[in-house]
Amino acid sequence: MNKGILRPLFFYFFRIVICLIFLFNYFIKNILQIKYIFFISSLFVKLRSGLINLIDAENLTRKFDDLIAVDNLSFHIDEGEVFGFLGPNGAGKTTTIRMLSCLISKTSGEARIAGYDTSDESESLKIRKLIGLLPENVGLYDDLSAYKNLDFYGKLYDCSLSKREENIEHFLKMLGLWDKRDVNAGTFSKGMKQKLAIARTLIHDPEILFLDEPTANLDPESSKTVREFILDLKNENKTIFINTHNLDEAQRICDKIGIFNKKLMAIGSPEDLERSVWSNKTVIQLKRVTEKILESLESLSIGKFTSNDTEIKIDVNNPELDNPLIVNTIVAAGGEVQYVNRLSPTLEDAYLKIVKGGK
Amino acid sequence: MGHCKQRFQHFYEEKRILYTLLILPLLFSIILPLSIRSLTNETDPKDMITLINAFSYFYVILVYIQSTTLASYSILGEKIEQSLEPLLATPTTESELLLGKTVASFLPSVAIIYANSIIFMILIDLFTKNSFGYLFYPNWTMAFILLVVVPLSSIFSIQLNVIISSRVNDVRTANQLGFLMFLPFMGLYIPLVTNSLSLNIINLTLISVIILLIDIILFYISKSTFNRDKILTKWK
Repeated sequence: MNKGILRPLFFYFFRIVICLIFLFNYFIKNILQIKYIFFISSLFVKLRSGLINLIDAENLTRKFDDLIAVDNLSFHIDEGEVFGFLGPNGAGKTTTIRMLSCLISKTSGEARIAGYDTSDESESLKIRKLIGLLPENVGLYDDLSAYKNLDFYGKLYDCSLSKREENIEHFLKMLGLWDKRDVNAGTFSKGMKQKLAIARTLIHDPEILFLDEPTANLDPESSKTVREFILDLKNENKTIFINTHNLDEAQRICDKIGIFNKKLMAIGSPEDLERSVWSNKTVIQLKRVTEKILESLESLSIGKFTSNDTEIKIDVNNPELDNPLIVNTIVAAGGEVQYVNRLSPTLEDAYLKIVKGGK
Repeated sequence: MGHCKQRFQHFYEEKRILYTLLILPLLFSIILPLSIRSLTNETDPKDMITLINAFSYFYVILVYIQSTTLASYSILGEKIEQSLEPLLATPTTESELLLGKTVASFLPSVAIIYANSIIFMILIDLFTKNSFGYLFYPNWTMAFILLVVVPLSSIFSIQLNVIISSRVNDVRTANQLGFLMFLPFMGLYIPLVTNSLSLNIINLTLISVIILLIDIILFYISKSTFNRDKILTKWK
């Protein structure tokens, strides 16, 4: 195309764009007025937070006299997300769940559930209708049957008779307790009680679930059932907040994990957290680990290592250089090397490193 | 009121509580008139009236014992079973929960006392009609006791139990502490039997006013004690 035509065309369009900007500016200032723009944008933000960010915490803090149980906790959980809250005993996880479910008050900061303020008395009633809480101690009525336990809670949540009947049957069947519906909860095993308590949490079809240690003290089979049930709930787009010590469980179920010890120390997907503590670790499988081998490795002044009867795990800075040296040293000390593998960091590595402040 | 119904069911299914609630007042309601019957031939009717009035005061003590038993199982039992936390997580207000627990302890204990007092009154009338020449019951003293003092005494016990439940973890300790607080009112039975205090409307009004004032004070303390935050963080 002729360059002589392009140049005036460019200036022509440039003038049009400038005119449009002036027109737009005039339109906003004099016709729509800036305050309406702010109103519409804030409404949009509010709507978004109400519909998408179901759980919001901003600088949430709780003190018990001089003890700070939760310190400036901030996070957001989206609709349908499963959030794992990991931390050692006494980290403040239960206190956090209690604050979010309007059971205890906050000292400072802000927490919102589906846009409702947890510190507002009237809004807290709305929050309680929206959420289901599984506390650390199941707290069932031992002298009532499984069915009556659920029916009682259904009434407290104002569920109609037909809804109660439908939900009780649905959840008891799903959790394998339907045949035991008329048996007193006091005679149930720990796993059965936990399942019944989970059914109680769901009796009113809550949008958001707070589960405090849902598989603690359960045998592997019951843990698996509960875990699979949580995954089913995840598929139903429930938003789930889980307090857990179980890293394997967190890795399998959670979309996002927060590592917490009074303060939020890290937050992200399990993969993000694993990557954040990337280290090179070599695992050497031996026929037998002897004292002589361990002494030889200590004299090498390489990274830290741990061992058991047949395996040595070593932190290496430079695998290409360090690994041949390590293997040679082990062989020289009489070790019979069977396998040499590279170990990828796990969520456990990430957790331990972050909690111990090694990050 | 769902909570209230559930607690009734709980008491019904906990047979031990049920027997304690039913047998103790029934024994009193039968044994006391029988003891009056044994005295009808040899005792002055005036002394018998003193004794019957003193016995009727037993229902104030009995309703306190009944309410203490029910309230301690209702509140402390729930605390021990650790079933308060899921209950507090429901969209029920603290006042509704407290009201539910109060009604669940108040209604059965007062109803049992009323039923037993009818047995007591019928038996007394049966055994004393010949000696007195008239039916002793119903009378205004008993009506005042049953309609005013008994409900106030029950409320005293329930409010006190809410406060005690926040401090102890054992039903027996809660019962003992509860009885200890009511000791001055239980002690009134002795001057009533010895006739150094007569059970007339003036004295009953005085007793009622004192219990009512205590009830009001206890209501405010128990209301502030029965708070979600305090139950989960301060209750021992």
